[in-house]
Amino acid sequence: MRQENTAPTAAGISRLGLGRRLRLGERVIEGWILLAGLLAIIVLLGIVFILVKEGLPIFAHTPPWEFLFGTSWYPVSDPPTFGIAPFFVATLMITLIATAVAVPIGVACAAYLSEVAPRRVSEAAKPVIELLAGIPSVMMGFIGLALLSPFVQSLFNLNTGLCGLTAAIMLSMMSLPIIVSVSEDALRAVPQEFKEASYALGATKWETVWHVCIPSALSGIAAAVMLGVGRAIGETMTVLMVAGGALAVPVSPTDPMTTMTAAIASGIGNAVRGGLQYQAVFAVGLILFILTLAVNIIAERVLERQKRKFAR
Amino acid sequence: MKKSRFDSRRISQRTAFTFLALAAVISITPVIFIIIYTITKGAGAITWDFITQFPSQAGKAGGILPAIIGTFYLMFGTLLFSLPVGVLAGIYLTEYARDNWLTRLINLAIVNLAGVPSIVFGLFGLSVFVLAFHFGLSLLAASLTLAAQALAMVITTSREAILAVPREYREGSLAIGVTRWQTVRNIVLPQAMPGIITGAVLAISRAAGETAPILVVGAAFLLPGLPHSPLDQFMALPYHLYTVAAHVPNMPETTMWGVALVLLIVVLSFDVLAAAIRIKTRQRKT
Repeated sequence: MRQENTAPTAAGISRLGLGRRLRLGERVIEGWILLAGLLAIIVLLGIVFILVKEGLPIFAHTPPWEFLFGTSWYPVSDPPTFGIAPFFVATLMITLIATAVAVPIGVACAAYLSEVAPRRVSEAAKPVIELLAGIPSVMMGFIGLALLSPFVQSLFNLNTGLCGLTAAIMLSMMSLPIIVSVSEDALRAVPQEFKEASYALGATKWETVWHVCIPSALSGIAAAVMLGVGRAIGETMTVLMVAGGALAVPVSPTDPMTTMTAAIASGIGNAVRGGLQYQAVFAVGLILFILTLAVNIIAERVLERQKRKFAR
Repeated sequence: MKKSRFDSRRISQRTAFTFLALAAVISITPVIFIIIYTITKGAGAITWDFITQFPSQAGKAGGILPAIIGTFYLMFGTLLFSLPVGVLAGIYLTEYARDNWLTRLINLAIVNLAGVPSIVFGLFGLSVFVLAFHFGLSLLAASLTLAAQALAMVITTSREAILAVPREYREGSLAIGVTRWQTVRNIVLPQAMPGIITGAVLAISRAAGETAPILVVGAAFLLPGLPHSPLDQFMALPYHLYTVAAHVPNMPETTMWGVALVLLIVVLSFDVLAAAIRIKTRQRKT
């Protein structure tokens, strides 16, 4: 990338007659390096290939339209039906609520850390928030199961506290760290001159944050939101443990439900290789993969644009 | 008149900043709460027997030794399969790759690989390592699956660490006639090592806590013995927590929190280790 001018030098030197053995060894290791460089592409394509190969055959049994919009998932009844609408709606519902909770808090926290808090406070707070990202999802599921679900149950007077809302609250905590850190980076990237111009016009600090900093960082914040959404869509253990696992199309957030990820995790265990349920689970995986890929690509695009905006 | 307007602006600023600070407090609270609560609830369960004995009565009594050992095996396996290739990939991207479509494609693949849901890696591992490669539900299949998942992170951190090595170091080495690979091996890699290690430690900390993929590719709840070969099934802490918390009825509360605490200690101690390495190298450089 940055080494074009040094390459001929090295090649020239080895042509000057260092030992043949050395040159051969170097060739071999450079071959491995190239292969390793390609590995990320190989794995990603491998995932696509596997999901398509194992999942697509289900559409011979259930047409894509019915698979996507069918409301009943009975893989073991006779005849089996595979409709993933309940999972899709659950994923959508939980992701929306989690994002709606996490975004305002996360962006406000980022604004506080980057614009208001003394340097020492924000430097102490950042690693703590990052630690939240390090807590395993099964642990968050356990916390939701043991602590949050009884609370939600009594608060809304429900039959069970294991429902979409409980899962969404846990997920909002899990997507918080990435929203905070990406938004904070975006806010810090706003040029000092913008703020100074605003102060010079007599604006207060808050008016500057609200009318200058946040609008300037908006695309970075949007990317943060997308990354948070991507995390929430793909999260498995927490929703598997606390979302309730009901198979009906959820109507209210306080209904027990099964997301796409939870449907894969609970469906793959008793699926026979190559059987209809196995194919159906992989097809759910394929749809999930496409969904998260789209979200990530949008986030990446937006982030690139943000970077270019202030690059000088 | 003028003064009161100024006051209202000041009040709105104060109110707004209070809300921002409140949001920061809300963001920090969960992690502190979870750690302290888990310690107070779980500390009572942690005895010598708890970490050195096999479980009995469906995990309700006895210890969790095989789950701890299994998790360390998994961390080792993940490191083994992801670190060398990840570092080589980082070397490729920084030292060899030109700015062309292939490099852009690789970078795109890395970013998107990082966003693939963990359960999808589980499906991938099941189809490729468990079934196609005939590794079965095993430690080997699980390590390879987790390594595939860790790959994006290891490559990214290695690349950043190698990029941070000053260009003059390479030029000095190349100028005295050393070849490119020898320069990388003897000059660049040692300089980049702390950064690479930080990434590796973070990656295995994540692998230790990961549950969804190993649920699919070979974790077991109760096994009579420790795994004797990479092709054996294994127990693991996160899977154990999942099962005792969600599937075993009448589980004693202390045991659940005990398992949770051990898992938290394993995962977070590696996170803290990574942070410590990062801080230490930063100090050394400045």
